[in-house]
Amino acid sequence: MAEFQANKITDIGPPKYDEMWPQVIKDNYGKWLYHDILEPGVLVHVSETGAKVWSLRCGATRLMTTLFLEQICKLADEYCGGFFRFTTRNNVEFIVGDESKLEPLKKALAANGALPLGGTGAGITNIVHTQGWVHCHTPAIDASGVVKAVMDELFDYFGSHKLPAQVRISLACCLNMCGAVHCSDISILGVHRKPPVIEHSHLDKMCEIPTTIAACPTAAIKPAKIDDYKSVAVNADRCMFCGNCYTMCPAMPLADAAGDGIALWVGGKVSNAKSMPMFSKLAVPFIPNEPPRWPSTVQTIKKIVEVYAGDAMKYERVGEWAQRIGWEKFFEKTGIEFSHHHIDDYRFAATTWRTSTQFKW
Amino acid sequence: MAKMHDTPLLDELTKGPWPSFVTDIKKAAEAGNEACADLLGQLELSYKDKEGHWKHGGIVGVLGYGGGVIGRYSDVPDLFPGVEHFHTLRVNQPASKFYKTERLREVLDIWNQRGSGMLNMHGSTGDMVLLGAFTEQLEPIFAELTQKGWDLGGSGSALRTPACCVGKARCEFACIDTQDICYSLTQEYQDEMHRPAWPYKFKFKIDGCPNCCVASLARSDCAIIGTWRDDIRIDQEAVAAYVGGEIVAHGGANGPDAKLDIKADVIDLCPTGCMFYEDGKLSINNAECTRCMHCINVMPRALRPGLDTGASILVGAKAPILEGAQMGSLIIPFIKMEEPYDEFKEFVEKMWDWWDENGKNRERIGELIQRVGLSAFITAVDLKPIPQMVKEPRSNPYIFYKEDEVEGGFERDISDYRKKHAR
Repeated sequence: MAEFQANKITDIGPPKYDEMWPQVIKDNYGKWLYHDILEPGVLVHVSETGAKVWSLRCGATRLMTTLFLEQICKLADEYCGGFFRFTTRNNVEFIVGDESKLEPLKKALAANGALPLGGTGAGITNIVHTQGWVHCHTPAIDASGVVKAVMDELFDYFGSHKLPAQVRISLACCLNMCGAVHCSDISILGVHRKPPVIEHSHLDKMCEIPTTIAACPTAAIKPAKIDDYKSVAVNADRCMFCGNCYTMCPAMPLADAAGDGIALWVGGKVSNAKSMPMFSKLAVPFIPNEPPRWPSTVQTIKKIVEVYAGDAMKYERVGEWAQRIGWEKFFEKTGIEFSHHHIDDYRFAATTWRTSTQFKW
Repeated sequence: MAKMHDTPLLDELTKGPWPSFVTDIKKAAEAGNEACADLLGQLELSYKDKEGHWKHGGIVGVLGYGGGVIGRYSDVPDLFPGVEHFHTLRVNQPASKFYKTERLREVLDIWNQRGSGMLNMHGSTGDMVLLGAFTEQLEPIFAELTQKGWDLGGSGSALRTPACCVGKARCEFACIDTQDICYSLTQEYQDEMHRPAWPYKFKFKIDGCPNCCVASLARSDCAIIGTWRDDIRIDQEAVAAYVGGEIVAHGGANGPDAKLDIKADVIDLCPTGCMFYEDGKLSINNAECTRCMHCINVMPRALRPGLDTGASILVGAKAPILEGAQMGSLIIPFIKMEEPYDEFKEFVEKMWDWWDENGKNRERIGELIQRVGLSAFITAVDLKPIPQMVKEPRSNPYIFYKEDEVEGGFERDISDYRKKHAR
């Protein structure tokens, strides 16, 4: 390893952003006047210099190989002067400043087959997601597989603008929510439902008992001596299956084929447009894991999208729609069962209870 | 030649119109990539077992850095030796994820040579995530990356890789130089990013306008959101063209034939009711406007943000673990964001000092603020309380007065009291 330690370079940071810009972006930085979406996946931005750029937005798998990235690079070399970008939602964007490149590039994308145009406007764009069983050590579900199954079913909405407003879907494979599903129109969340199974014979060797105890938000963990081992005990009645103990202590895994599955959430948004940003709210507490194509999850999401599409007013986000009609109507219209699990009993629970005589039957 | 595993469950995910990660990884496996073959094998086992097959964590890294590499080991390495070690390297992405192919290929070449050839483009925080390296490859990968001008991002209890929206590079709504702010913060705070020294993680995200395309106010401890404090610019000719149906509504986001109904789509949907359309002229009472962006979104050719631009700063957003999800709270309603951003950085450093001093282990700044109160935080960063910081004033009477706020202080003599009031 010594040869790699000599002349070590550190703390240089990423390449500077403008090195990665095509000339048309450099020339028109800060000068853009307006944009139009010409068709799903195709945007044109017009500059005060008179210049235009066309952006072709394509759905892509977040998890990809260098082989696939090389295909993207080749397309960018051939049509876009060797530049392209990714969006925040894992789409690929090919940007051209020369209109004559537009149709040939569209043809090349169609020929590729794995870069569908879409993800713009009042439709469903790519799903922001986490790693799932592909790479994470705390997941309750897979991520890429669920995303693939859901997007296959909603594919028509990716390449069209027929919803009242944009619908942002995200997925996180456990309650850590690396996918930040707490503020999306529709969220897919991996959940555990069994308390950690404790490996008493190894816990003291693998974990610091005080930090493990301190990790529990509900103080459900206490020190315990089990079969002469220094270990911990979990009060199952207080466990909310957050998995924070496992993050601190590998001897307390939660994963379980029967216990794990998906919760669906709806109505969050991060944009400030019209209404203020909103958290997602619980729609379905639990759907079992159904690999490889998670049909119950997929069909429930499809149902929510279709009811929303038919019932919401123009420009109304899912959360704005649910708020306007009332959550009691959301459950009625979607046919989703309401249960004890929907009633909050954590920190700010009382703020969510109805303190009024105003409601709908 | 890589040993291919039977993957009947995963093969179901090669069907359908959406791009398939299985198809892609399988191609790489068939081309001889053992890590790709074994990753599919192990994932197939997870699909069968309905449980993941990665061990908990693993302490690995590169010398001199306390983060940027996430350890990962298979718990079935005998079956899938190609992914026995499957460590992740977070590579700091260029701001707003533009790539020059020639530069990106530098990373791809290193990764083909020394890693699994699989990546996340991109991780949730923003990095390029190189997914799957053996321990002995970590130092060589790091050395080769830095030689080519690439560096690792953040992990652990450190500054995480800042991220931003496309900004002025290709968006007419951007009120601030998102890329430059992102780059400046990243460069200024390399030590905070690479050597974890805090109670927990800290994220910056920079959105050019209140549409918040990078979800800064939900996903970052400190959200920098472009805004303005003068008037929305109006082009009355373009307004007339929208009204006349000559320009498609919403920049085509609701289809090419969407006509703008100025009353229903704009005036009536304005959350503050500050817009008026009379005698063919649109007017805005800007003093009442909360800059939500709706009108600008639906008639982008007629309306533009003002010219006196800067940022609103919101602090404390995070996902639920532990105390529940939080969105950022407005701390600085407006701050000019001009290079080198000294005023903002001064605020940042005060904020970090206070959090570092007072935060418990694994306590995000938003949770600390929740625990000790917003007032304690704004005092620590030398700000004055203003009504913009809250949605509404308190509705409970429990004010924690400090002794010096009350005339005569707290010390009293009970006998003085009893002289006037019988027991």
